[in-house]
Amino acid sequence: MPKVITEDGSIIQDEWVVVERPADGESLDIPEQPALIPADLWLAGKEHFEGRKDIGVWFDSHQEPEILAGVVNELDVIAVNFPKFADGRGYSIARLLRERLQYRNELRAIGDVLLDQLQFMKRCGFDRFVLRADKNAEEAARCLNFFSQGYQAATDTDVPLFRRRAS
Amino acid sequence: MYVYDKHDRQIAAERVEQFRDQTRRALAGELSEDEFLPLRLQNGLYVQRLAPMLRIAVPYGMLRSVQLRRLARITRDYDKGYAHFTTRQNVQLNWPAVEDVPDILAELAEVEMHANQTSGNCIRNTTTDQFSGVQADEIADPRPYCEIIRQWSTFHPEFAFLPRKFKVAVNASEHSDRAAIQVHDIGLQLVRSDSGELGFRVHVGGGLGRTPMVGPVIREYLPEKDLLTYLEAVLRVYNRYGRRDNKFKARIKILVKALTPEGFAEKVEAEWAHIKDSPTQLTREAIDKFQTYFTEPDYQQVPDVQASLATQRFENRGFDQWIANNVDTHKKSGYAIVTLTMKKTGIPPGDVSDRQLEQIADLADEYSFGEVRVTHQQNAVLADVRQDRLYELWQAITPMGFATANLNKLTDVICCPGGDYCALANAKSIPVAEAIQRKFEDLDYLYDIGDLDLNISGCMNACGHHHVGNIGVLGVDKKGQEFYQISLGGSSHHDAAIGKILGPSFARDDMPDVVKRIIDVYVDNRTQEEAFLDTYRRIGIDPFKERVYA
Ligand code: HEM
Ligand code: SF4
Repeated sequence: MPKVITEDGSIIQDEWVVVERPADGESLDIPEQPALIPADLWLAGKEHFEGRKDIGVWFDSHQEPEILAGVVNELDVIAVNFPKFADGRGYSIARLLRERLQYRNELRAIGDVLLDQLQFMKRCGFDRFVLRADKNAEEAARCLNFFSQGYQAATDTDVPLFRRRAS
Repeated sequence: MYVYDKHDRQIAAERVEQFRDQTRRALAGELSEDEFLPLRLQNGLYVQRLAPMLRIAVPYGMLRSVQLRRLARITRDYDKGYAHFTTRQNVQLNWPAVEDVPDILAELAEVEMHANQTSGNCIRNTTTDQFSGVQADEIADPRPYCEIIRQWSTFHPEFAFLPRKFKVAVNASEHSDRAAIQVHDIGLQLVRSDSGELGFRVHVGGGLGRTPMVGPVIREYLPEKDLLTYLEAVLRVYNRYGRRDNKFKARIKILVKALTPEGFAEKVEAEWAHIKDSPTQLTREAIDKFQTYFTEPDYQQVPDVQASLATQRFENRGFDQWIANNVDTHKKSGYAIVTLTMKKTGIPPGDVSDRQLEQIADLADEYSFGEVRVTHQQNAVLADVRQDRLYELWQAITPMGFATANLNKLTDVICCPGGDYCALANAKSIPVAEAIQRKFEDLDYLYDIGDLDLNISGCMNACGHHHVGNIGVLGVDKKGQEFYQISLGGSSHHDAAIGKILGPSFARDDMPDVVKRIIDVYVDNRTQEEAFLDTYRRIGIDPFKERVYA
């Protein structure tokens, strides 16, 4: 089973599988184990999943998290996919989920998740990281903490450095 | 000038260690080429035709003498003893070894310098007018705002992987624009509201490269306290909706064009409404604090010395020409702004040797409170020189090669490194600059032609800003042969415009003559007081075409 990094850098086992978007005409196949399904499909069939703690959703990088406004906290897990690590849209999606939509539960980064991006991801609100399988999870704790502080306000602190300096 | 506090020092040190670690992992094969690429670019490290290239940030173009001396030492210890002033007010090294870069960064950090975000698809160095803080017609000093933007954009967690690189420039003067703000992704013009409050007019979507554009205004007035939240809104819209499928269409200018400026502005306003009052909104105390770093140096009460200067000018023609061209008026009586020109014929524009860097440092200490500014025209500025010391300064810099009295003239060429250094070049550009400089060596003729921007790039990437040269030269490749295309009528100033292509391209040897013929058309057609660009705008491109292709 793949490993998941937590925001403090520890490594835990993962139970969640990511269910790909079904091809046109196909129906969504939900496995027995906890599953992340495309966010728009969850929304479209929301009543079927009432009370299912083992169903979460995922966004792809071009999708708009705003579709879940008002209902995000019905979910225990939301994932955001990085199709390529250099596709930075997922960072904005994460901040919108946390700051705009006030999402409080688990937010995981999935896809092409590499070590050197972990701290940016954490600052944008991710708290679980499914590191790409060939990367060394033992290094994650260090990479999550290269910097002891940031200049800007982000999800991890709403006090930009200019305000901290003033105090 | 901005001085690091303990926070900046700590972040800088952590950055050096991070890059050391990344370099180690890259060299050990733990990071693939592709994975290391954006990391090294965000540290200014390119891999080039002949060797790597390291671009060192010079925030808003300001340098202290201690930093210049350190740069000089770095070029000696790690490179071939020279560096390069770029069109983005940065400094480049052309020959460092990849494994030395962490050590170079550590040396830079000791003097409060870095190479953060000087390349890569992130927010780059914010640039401004090299005369900031010393000219009379400025709305307010733009440098505190540039520093605010620098800090906000440094390692911004949301905007480190944008669709494309992103550049911001700030201008504060009412009558001039030396920062070319309208050809930046975001151009900020400091303005005052009707009630006298400071703020910005915001241009978005300008840029050069393959699809050059002048950036439209998307907000006429933005209060200063809203600077960062508004930038954050623009960047968020761009990050989410900018094209990522095609690198040539990934710049924000393409998005602004696709949505129309009005449509784009609406999206930004909608985003901004949510974050406008967030803690990122600037406080009065914060702005005041940033301003304290850019207070006036210890000016003395000295009168203007026009009379004695006049005598010196009368007695010495070279000095007179230099004063007329390379010296600008200062907001303080008794002071002057001096531009050290780096465009001596035969020296590639922007090239500085280690010795020259030290000479400039000495000049800064002796004449200008230890500070220097780098210009996007690849020159250097001593911003606070006492008028009664100008003659002495001129005598000192003449043998150093910094007194070529051609500022803003035809031979003050902006020129990218082109085929001599750059792997992307279609053609060489430095020899073209030199051949044109030789053709126009006669200073009287040069002054008669008047102010004229001649900009040369070795390829479409437009590092030499050819699109906005009054005369622009672009290196093109035809079946493996080097040719040059000319455009006319570009401007990077308040009247920003993209030049129009004259016609078929020319062989390198023809370039000086072609430029001469263009100048002849101007000289034959101008009215008194008309600059090249004015004449061009009045008579259009056809007379030039006729003469050049006759
Ligand atoms: C020798 C190594 C260099 C390389 C490989 C290089 C590469 C590039 C590339 C790929 C672009 C892409 C622009 C785009 O599509 O938007 C660019 C733009 C630019 N470069 Fe360079 N460059 C080099 C040196 C320089 C130097 C020495 C300068 C200054 C003299 C410079 C100034 C610029 C500027 C100002 C732009 C932006 C043009 C715009 O506004 O779009 N570059 N460069
Ligand atoms: S314009 Fe082209 S040739 Fe010149 S430096 Fe830029 S990329 Fe290289």
